Amino acid sequence: MKFGKVGIALALVLVFAAGAFAADTVKIGVFLPLTGQMGFGGQLELDGVKMAHKEAPTVLGKKVELIVVDNKSDKVEAANAVKRLIEKEKVVAIIGTYGSSLAMAGGEISEKAGIPQLGTSCTNPLVTQGKKYIFRTCFIDPFQGAGAATYAFQKMKAKTAAILIDVSQDYSVGLANFFEKSFTKMGGKVVAKLNYNSGDQDFTAQLTEIISKNPDVLFIPSYFAEGAIIMKQVGELGGKFKIMGGDAMDNPEIVKIGGKAVEGFAYTTFPYDPTMKNMSPIAKKFTENWKKAFPGKDPNVNAALGYDSYMLILDAIKRAGKADPKLIRDQLEATKNFPGVTGSTTMNATHDAEKPVGIMMIQNGKRVFVDVIQPKL
Amino acid sequence: MSLDMFIQHLFNALTLGSLYGLIAIGYTMVYGILRLINFAHGDIFMLGAYFVFFGVTLTKLPWGIAVILAVALSALCGIVIDRIAYRPLRDAPRISALISAIGVSFFIENLGLVVFTGLPKPVYRPDWLVEIITLGNIRILPLALIVPAIAFALVMGLLWIVYKTKPGLAMRSISKDIETTRLMGVSVDKIIALTFGLGSALAAASGIMWALRYPQIHPFMGVFPGFKAFIAAVLGGIGSIQGAMIGGMLLGLIEIMAVAFFPALSGYRDAFAFILLIVILLMKPTGLMGEKLEEKV
Repeated sequence: MKFGKVGIALALVLVFAAGAFAADTVKIGVFLPLTGQMGFGGQLELDGVKMAHKEAPTVLGKKVELIVVDNKSDKVEAANAVKRLIEKEKVVAIIGTYGSSLAMAGGEISEKAGIPQLGTSCTNPLVTQGKKYIFRTCFIDPFQGAGAATYAFQKMKAKTAAILIDVSQDYSVGLANFFEKSFTKMGGKVVAKLNYNSGDQDFTAQLTEIISKNPDVLFIPSYFAEGAIIMKQVGELGGKFKIMGGDAMDNPEIVKIGGKAVEGFAYTTFPYDPTMKNMSPIAKKFTENWKKAFPGKDPNVNAALGYDSYMLILDAIKRAGKADPKLIRDQLEATKNFPGVTGSTTMNATHDAEKPVGIMMIQNGKRVFVDVIQPKL
Repeated sequence: MSLDMFIQHLFNALTLGSLYGLIAIGYTMVYGILRLINFAHGDIFMLGAYFVFFGVTLTKLPWGIAVILAVALSALCGIVIDRIAYRPLRDAPRISALISAIGVSFFIENLGLVVFTGLPKPVYRPDWLVEIITLGNIRILPLALIVPAIAFALVMGLLWIVYKTKPGLAMRSISKDIETTRLMGVSVDKIIALTFGLGSALAAASGIMWALRYPQIHPFMGVFPGFKAFIAAVLGGIGSIQGAMIGGMLLGLIEIMAVAFFPALSGYRDAFAFILLIVILLMKPTGLMGEKLEEKV
């Protein structure tokens, strides 16, 4: 018996040793908000990354190791998470993150260390501005804000708009500015612009003011946690206008949390959704595989962006021929027409992926992909 | 601003203010008796809301029973926290208990994060609580009338306990001099446990009300309301139960009216509240209803 135990211990040691010696892996860091205000989106993106990793677990004949760190929807935690990935885990590239503010906090660290970072759904222009090592698989706020304005003005025939902004989020402020710019340029009028801070739960004062101005449409570029509550309070206060938002509101849980209050809500997003017609073969395959991997849970655009980000980095490493941060960076910059779930990706001069804007709407308690818009900037 | 709109703002303020007041009462009661700012108050508030959530969704209890159970469970949590984290520090300097309270607060929040996950959850609301009442252009949530009523009843009940009952007498006596009270044969630890139980029941009750008004719960939901209620308690004069209610109402009113009259400054809503706090404390350092500071000999 004693011998048996020793044998098991020896075997364990051997297994661990084998693991340690087979350090010939390519380490890719993932930093995402898995908890907190943005936890919803972060979780889905992580699921997407993991699914891609399962489908393509090797590159250049080496195993890919994913190191996942939760940035807790917090700017300070985001910087710490990236620091840990680079200094302790020695990753060659980083995927992340959801949330522009978080991406900026983490991006400062990656840029200094010279490790390429590929953003999943951080859409504020400042994220990649003047940065050599920071990229993203998504488009940027001017596109989204203008996309929402274009849809509101042309398709919803809205002439007046109100905007409710989360002033503590760069994402929200950015989207609001570009919405206003595009909406007024087309001939619409912004009749009210009010602010709140992340974490607020009472919006009755702001909404009472907005309702008194009687706009055709209310634009709320908020995050998911506040968005559903804002819409509930609009209903309680008797607001009759249409409501639009940005991609941060795109989540399969929205109907569960928002209930009747979110009916008719429209928002801009990336051109992927499981309900869209005319899907590309890649998107079709992704949707089918997802449904097999997560029965009962719908994929969404965040999952798709997580998936695309991983695949894009892997492709860049393949093209680089070596898991070297500098070479990966060069190849990311040279990305042209890389086919992904969210459409074909080409990196532009500012490291943003340019794609058309999709419009989703909640109809009869379901998220429906209704339109693709070429935004009027 | 039209009259309709002003009245609508007033009702919004009433709801928010009475919620702040309700949370503040628990803060102020524990402080009044023990001179301890129980920073875990906002977290018991969160636990109360979660207990109802689980009671209704997991065990399918009727809503009313789930609420009563949640309040009782939270009271128990309060007593346990006192036993583990505060009682051993009863004779230590006051600052030690304060630090312990902050520790408990972080512990509960992060435990909540692990157990409940960080994702917000929707809250079930009985229909009669959310059926909107319309008066012309003014729209009132029944909750907006129920919360102040409940808050008022709780204040009355508390005042009765503190001023008319034996344990209340012991509480007041502890707040004056803990050692003498003990010498008088009062079981001080039991009375303090009762105080924490009551305070936590209040926190849970306000957490449940809050979740009904803002129907989305997450482990950090108690942090901001907790801060605001603390301000309300200080504003009203910490230690004074009526003061807490008045402070809460005032805070709600200022927050809503600041946005109503200066829409362009709506992002600075919290700043208005804090400026008010500073101004009032500069003029009246013990708060609106606060007792005069006495030097203990």
